[in-house]
Amino acid sequence: MLVGSGDAVAAGPAPSSPVSLTVNGRPRTVTVDNRTSLLDLLREHFGLTGSKKGCNAGACGACTVLVDGRRVNSCLTLAVRLEGAEVTTIEGLADGDQLHPLQQAFIDEDAFQCGYCTPGQIVSGVGCIREGHTGSPEEIREWMSGNICRCGCYVKIVRAVQQTAGRK
Amino acid sequence: MHPFSYTRVSDTGEALDAGHRGGRYIAGGTTLVDLMRETVERPEVLVDISGLPLDEVTVTERGGLRIGALVTMAEAAAHPKVRTLYPIISQALELSASAQLRNMATIGGNVMQRTRCTYFRDVTADCNKRASGSGCAAREGFNRTHAILGASDHCVATHPSDVAVAFAALDARVRLTGPDGERQVPFADFLLRPGNTPQREQSLRKGELITAVEIPAHPRPLTSGYLKVRDRQSYEFALTSAAIALHIRGGVIREAKVAAGGVGTVPWKLPAVERHLVGERPSAPLWAAAAERAAVGARPLKHNRFKVELLKRTVERQLRIVGGTK
Ligand SMILES: Cc1cc2nc3c(=O)[nH]c(=O)nc-3n(C[C@H](O)[C@H](O)[C@H](O)COP(=O)(O)OP(=O)(O)OC[C@H]3O[C@@H](n4cnc5c(N)ncnc54)[C@H](O)[C@@H]3O)c2cc1C
Ligand code: FES
Ligand code: FES
Repeated sequence: MLVGSGDAVAAGPAPSSPVSLTVNGRPRTVTVDNRTSLLDLLREHFGLTGSKKGCNAGACGACTVLVDGRRVNSCLTLAVRLEGAEVTTIEGLADGDQLHPLQQAFIDEDAFQCGYCTPGQIVSGVGCIREGHTGSPEEIREWMSGNICRCGCYVKIVRAVQQTAGRK
Repeated sequence: MHPFSYTRVSDTGEALDAGHRGGRYIAGGTTLVDLMRETVERPEVLVDISGLPLDEVTVTERGGLRIGALVTMAEAAAHPKVRTLYPIISQALELSASAQLRNMATIGGNVMQRTRCTYFRDVTADCNKRASGSGCAAREGFNRTHAILGASDHCVATHPSDVAVAFAALDARVRLTGPDGERQVPFADFLLRPGNTPQREQSLRKGELITAVEIPAHPRPLTSGYLKVRDRQSYEFALTSAAIALHIRGGVIREAKVAAGGVGTVPWKLPAVERHLVGERPSAPLWAAAAERAAVGARPLKHNRFKVELLKRTVERQLRIVGGTK
């Protein structure tokens, strides 16, 4: 499969490269236009539209995924660089029908309105809990600041992260 | 984004070859990919250096610190040696960007990051830094976040890095390797003021690679810290910031290292403040008098006059925090 970048088509074929990575446990091998971001690869070519495109510039966190266990902005990650990487998206957090505890906590706490930022918030929250930055609401706020919520659900987002961390 | 070819290198020699042929290094990609998407940057060849063995933090023989260019901002901030020897560096890093970006971005890339001036990022605007000779839209434009120190007629953009301010305060050195071998550049000479050539931002030769940033040993005990003032509490660049390290022994300040961020075209050292502190005993009036010298030579623009007073207060507050109020 040859994967385009979503950019305006340039004169002549744009340089592309093969890359093999694992997405939510499933091995994938694709040839990507070098300009393709991980976010576009996930959304446009793997049909994984959970990760959202807010700013496409690292400034909102809606595109947050885990790469090799660490939370990153997929909009600023070039797919071509991910040879051998393990990517986890919001779609990969649940265990079958069993939601990830943080997903359940977002529902229980009613931690969203429009839901656009939510996948990024949850994946980022998983990273935040793993990193151990959940000692207090203030600490969670600071370490979750890379995820903007236009609906202003911060109080409940912090609560969901705190509860899930506490339950661990 | 313009098309580019991509190559991954696994040793420094390979990287330098590719760099010398005009390839552009990519580390975390958080500045470069962003600016490529805006077509501000248009490299034809990307050289992925993330596989190079430049990812260690080591204590030098003399008790200084060497931070490899590919150590991520998150790793550097969390490193036990950094936290104990130079908490100012951990603080500056953890007050930067976001947790996600810090997981990606590297120390080398951080000091190389380009200005956040909106006219620089907008390819339809005049900008001497991006398009030499086109003019500077910020001079008469919306320049609230721009520099009050070190600007020229050609450019008034700030250097946006936080940790670079701490590096400047601590007299760090940038370790480089290139086709002509290795060399070290004092941090103060590494980042360039705009002058007549705002498009030249670093004293880096073609194809040269940053291998590490090295902090010299400072006399102990050393107390240090970084204060950042911004429009929102987190995930925002500095309006003003202060990096301060003090060596106080026998109740007297023996050494003072002070630099400011958010105000200069490069991280701004404050020697007048340092001179006022050395040899004195910590006191609230001393902090106030020293901070009064923080904005020496400032030339505010239409929308950023507030930075002059804000800078003095930022320095005074951070002197109080680092030096105590006695
Ligand atoms: C939304 C947002 C908010 C941010 N907020 C802050 C903030 O508050 N404070 C702050 O300090 N920063 C902030 N940043 C900037 C961020 O810290 C930098 O983008 C990052 O540090 C750059 O590092 P990188 O490894 O990703 O660099 P890259 O993007 O990979 O590279 C940047 C430049 O450095 C060159 N380069 C990289 N490594 C080397 C090397 N070893 N030798 C020679 N050249 C090299 C590249 O060729 C390129 O020109 C923010 C960024 C974003 C997107
Ligand atoms: S879409 Fe990636 S940070 Fe906004
Ligand atoms: S729920 Fe609407 S942006 Fe967060």
